[in-house]
Amino acid sequence: MAAPEFEVPQFKEQIEIPKIREGSMSHVKSFVSPQPTQEFLGYPWELGEDWKERALFKMGDLLKKYRSLRVFMDACVHCGACTDKCHYYLGSADPKNMPVARQELMRKVYRRYFTLPGKIAPWLVGAEELTKETLEDWYSYYHQCSECRRCSVFCPYGIDTAEITMAGREILNYAGMGQKYSNEILTKVQKIGNNLGLPGPALEDTLAGLEEDIEADTGVPVKLPMDVKGAEILLVTPSADFFSEPHVESLIGYAKVFHAAGASWTLSSYASEAGNFGLFNGNYETMRKVALRIRDAALELGVKRIIVGECGHAWRVAYSFWNTLTGIGFDGKDPFSIELQQQLDHRYPQPMHICEYTWDLIQQGRLKLDPSANDDKIITYHDSCNVARASRMGDEPGGQFTIPRNIIKAVANNFHDMAAETIGEATFCCGGGGGVLTDDLIELRVKGAYPRMNALNNVVQEENVNFMATICAICKAQFTKVLPYYGFDRSMVGGVHQLVSAAIKLD
Amino acid sequence: MSSLTVFYIGLFYVATLILIAGVAYRIYEYSRTPAPLKIPTTPAPTTNAGVAYRMAREVVLFESLFKSNKWTWVFGWLFHFGLLLVLLRHIRYFQEPVWFWVDIVQPFGKYASFAMVAGLLGLWARRFLVDRVRYISTPSDHLILALLVGIGLSGMMMTFVVHTDIVALKAFMLGLMTFDFQPLPTDTILLVHLALVALLMIIFPISKLLHAPGIFFSPTRNQADNPREHRHVANWAIELERKNG
Ligand code: HEM
Ligand code: SF4
Ligand code: SF4
Repeated sequence: MAAPEFEVPQFKEQIEIPKIREGSMSHVKSFVSPQPTQEFLGYPWELGEDWKERALFKMGDLLKKYRSLRVFMDACVHCGACTDKCHYYLGSADPKNMPVARQELMRKVYRRYFTLPGKIAPWLVGAEELTKETLEDWYSYYHQCSECRRCSVFCPYGIDTAEITMAGREILNYAGMGQKYSNEILTKVQKIGNNLGLPGPALEDTLAGLEEDIEADTGVPVKLPMDVKGAEILLVTPSADFFSEPHVESLIGYAKVFHAAGASWTLSSYASEAGNFGLFNGNYETMRKVALRIRDAALELGVKRIIVGECGHAWRVAYSFWNTLTGIGFDGKDPFSIELQQQLDHRYPQPMHICEYTWDLIQQGRLKLDPSANDDKIITYHDSCNVARASRMGDEPGGQFTIPRNIIKAVANNFHDMAAETIGEATFCCGGGGGVLTDDLIELRVKGAYPRMNALNNVVQEENVNFMATICAICKAQFTKVLPYYGFDRSMVGGVHQLVSAAIKLD
Repeated sequence: MSSLTVFYIGLFYVATLILIAGVAYRIYEYSRTPAPLKIPTTPAPTTNAGVAYRMAREVVLFESLFKSNKWTWVFGWLFHFGLLLVLLRHIRYFQEPVWFWVDIVQPFGKYASFAMVAGLLGLWARRFLVDRVRYISTPSDHLILALLVGIGLSGMMMTFVVHTDIVALKAFMLGLMTFDFQPLPTDTILLVHLALVALLMIIFPISKLLHAPGIFFSPTRNQADNPREHRHVANWAIELERKNG
């Protein structure tokens, strides 16, 4: 790894809240999305004469459609409780990375054009015109937020900066300033079926190769079926699981679990992606289009259950939004959702997380496990933000924290949590979520990872932890990249089902 | 009737109208704006009763603020609950006979004003001392604090230092409510107190004081965590579904 061109924060026993350093991250900007991508998604690709009218029109439109945005614009009292809660602020000290200041970039424009005091006395309430400089600021700082919702836990009104970032990005898109990384992914998933842009045949080859590997390794013919009509279970997983390390180890883990349970399951080449970047851009219609591919695949294949692999934001969209967007869930009263819901098996939650599935099997004693197979590892667990603060597993609130940990403890003997204020609902984002997992934002990613890396370092020092498990494709990719900046080995991170895979005994 | 009395009569009618109509309009706007997606900050209660309990903890205890910053929580809580007791105590100026529980609150309300002003001063100090909070403070943040401190101090002056003619004041207030107008006592401190209160009522619906109704409409706090069990679709999204299939 070449020496970084920026300062990597230093480890501390207790992370310190930095003094503000204005403008310290203003040079960090991700690449702007090119014309073909913008056109495909139905956005303009340059500002042009009327960018301001378009931006303000979109803002007014979103204020009418989203209660979150509407109420959050009014309710903030500038109490400052959120100012030290964002990992990007803690890692960069740029005050515009404090959640309230990030909101304020939009709020000052909201006040100027949509409120009475802002129209008559802008200086009094901090209202400002929408200028090109403001738009540039939006572009910078709305792409320095991973939409992790940590701030919303600590705000007395639950103001979720992620909602404002999403609206900000949507307005930017309408003004003609999209982000290359996210928008290209949204193009690929709609044209090809997954975020990596892997065509069906390449996928088939990969799965065949994996089947051979597993059989060579275990002597058991574990299958990774694709497009099997009439299968009981459709597994939808992030496409990184097919190709990236360490992701693929978890895919092998899911396959082994299905095999051990004797389940009839399939992947889909048409819906070969659980991720949904429509969430990050705050565009309901795009998010819905991407999610509908899974509904279509489920109807086409006639499956009874839908299970989602290890991915944080995908699980948020699946758990919280699929029922709304696609009818995958229960209690639909309209023909659109009834069509699908009649087909789904009502004895199970729909959709179901792979961890819920595996934990059920473990509790029923249906998996043979040898935890000593993981004795080379001293494990900690990173709660991914979208799983922790935007979804659930199991029947009880907080199941998203206990179920993955219960699985780890069932398949391994050495487990230590990181400090309480850095996990659970207060978990620190990996620094790469929400559409910032791109090389042009590496400085942001490294600095944003600091609070998590610091907490990890503490358990490495005290408990000799050498493995951090997580259930998110973005977390895995991000940590693989940034661990070396902090002096750790990149193979320290992996999936929960990677541990399951090692411990499971097949016959 | 002096022109001063007439002015204050007019001021209070206008301020009351703006406060009530303004806040009612905001509540109407918030309730009319749909929440298209389920976005409770989890872990969240799975039932509506659970949501009511969560909201009560937020409103009464400032639970989330307690998690995030103990100093802000202490000062904020002192201020708001001081304010609440003070407001309850003020009910006695608007009714005859006075409810018995207002009489019980009376002595506490008197001293709660100290908690209120102390809390406000603590919150204000943060705006100077903590660099992050200084960075986000606008002139209006300082002015609202000044306004509330002004109301508190002028009120305490009358309670503890230079008493005003409370019987005449009560007659004035009851007169406002029954359209049987009575003269207003003319001590400066009372006039300042009342003018500041009217100003607070007027700015309430157009300022950050909207956090009070706002919290009840915050989707991250008022939604139940049950998206798999219940299909939740906004009206505009149903339109979209119809259009795109
Ligand atoms: C449902 C009722 C209310 C709730 C739950 C509530 C809650 C809060 C909370 C949690 C804060 C942040 C912490 C703090 O700075 O104290 C706050 C701030 C504030 N509240 Fe309230 N509040 C309510 C009603 C009111 C009312 C009726 C007023 C005034 C007339 C008021 C005036 C203020 C002011 C001025 C601040 C900002 C203090 C500062 O500048 O730091 N609140 N409120
Ligand atoms: S959502 Fe996360 S990244 Fe965005 S401002 Fe809040 S804490 Fe920071
Ligand atoms: S915690 Fe909430 S109310 Fe306080 S400054 Fe942050 S966003 Fe505003």
